[in-house]
Amino acid sequence: MLTIADLGILREVHEQDGILIAVLTPTYSGCPAIREILSDVASALSAAGLAPFEVRIALQPPWTSDWITEEGRRRLAAAGIAPPGPAPRRTGPVPITLGSAPGAVACPACGSRSTREQSRFGATACRALYRCDDCAEPFEYLKEI
Amino acid sequence: MTEFSDHEETAYEALSLDADDPRWAFGTGFSDPLAGIDTSVPENVDAADLTAYCLMLGDDALVLSHRLQQWITRLPELEEEAAVANVALDLLGQARLLLSRAAAAEGSGRSEDDYAYRREQHEFLNVRLVERADADFAEMVTRLLIFSAFRLAVLQRLRDSRDPVLAAIAAKATNEVTYHRDYAAGWVVRLGDGTEGSHDRMVAALDAVWPYVDELFRTGDVERRLTGVAVDPGEVRNEVETVLEQVFSEAGLKRPDVPPAALVSGRAGREGVHTEALSYILAELQSVARSHPGAEW
Repeated sequence: MLTIADLGILREVHEQDGILIAVLTPTYSGCPAIREILSDVASALSAAGLAPFEVRIALQPPWTSDWITEEGRRRLAAAGIAPPGPAPRRTGPVPITLGSAPGAVACPACGSRSTREQSRFGATACRALYRCDDCAEPFEYLKEI
Repeated sequence: MTEFSDHEETAYEALSLDADDPRWAFGTGFSDPLAGIDTSVPENVDAADLTAYCLMLGDDALVLSHRLQQWITRLPELEEEAAVANVALDLLGQARLLLSRAAAAEGSGRSEDDYAYRREQHEFLNVRLVERADADFAEMVTRLLIFSAFRLAVLQRLRDSRDPVLAAIAAKATNEVTYHRDYAAGWVVRLGDGTEGSHDRMVAALDAVWPYVDELFRTGDVERRLTGVAVDPGEVRNEVETVLEQVFSEAGLKRPDVPPAALVSGRAGREGVHTEALSYILAELQSVARSHPGAEW
């Protein structure tokens, strides 16, 4: 099972003045799942008898795919989703990118690097669509951000 | 409820009996996108100016998101449906954060929904570029390229804002808008450097959108007063034009030679003066909220 801690969405859990504080961060500004995730965390804490608690959002520093743990990457690949490469670190103006570098993403089914980007946007904001030229399998790639 | 005890463990039961579970009660869950974040206004910052500035950037995102949403189910390929929906969703997310930041700064008890659904046209502070209805796909990608190039340059600088909330929103949004700009640029190059027909439509699209570019770089009183908090849009002009020239040269397109859209008594979008197109967007965007006052979702 892939957890919100594996994905780096659960930033921290600590106790403050007898109250349990869980801090979460959204992946993308418009991520519609964050509300459900917050509710689920609150339900889980409540069910575990951990009240009083507070579930908070943190925006800074912004979520980056670099926070996905090694275990998280392994589990994503096992589920057929190619894990992200390192997020770009930039200083100065962001250069424009026309098309993706070939071979940057390995196919989670056969491991081939002969893959092609089909669309930089997939079923959710955090995923892109790829296709493997060797095994012909279409797959999703968790975008580096 | 004992008569229903046979149905324990059913989805219906979970929905009806576990009333404390916020998943099943819209409007009572986590609706504040800034929940738990310190939104106090920094020292020596005018709250009204900060509110106005957040509305400017928030309204840009809200209105363009709505225009992009109007493309859903009308796009030529499934991949473009997913892409445009995702871009619209990112912008809607940014709009929610910015309008919520405006609400917290204003401190009058208004919410993001009040701003989105219960303001009149002249109270919207978006640039006029985001208002017009797209004539075709070429116009959609052209406007998205120009808007994203501008927004990215602003957001990048805004990451150092003296308002930590605005800086945090900008840091997130910068990464998202980088993807939007690349997407739009890819299409501008494909169409501009494509067939004679696609090239002609790109030229027409650029001519149609270009009059609203000049307005992006006007520095208003609000930005002038918010030194260190807001970004002076005049400062990003060179950077934005360099990016656009780069894409145009790949696409075989020329920077159009068309005059900027006229100001109205020296005022434009940032001062609440809009084109007719905005009234149609607001009529649609606000119709449900206005028909059902007090409704929650």
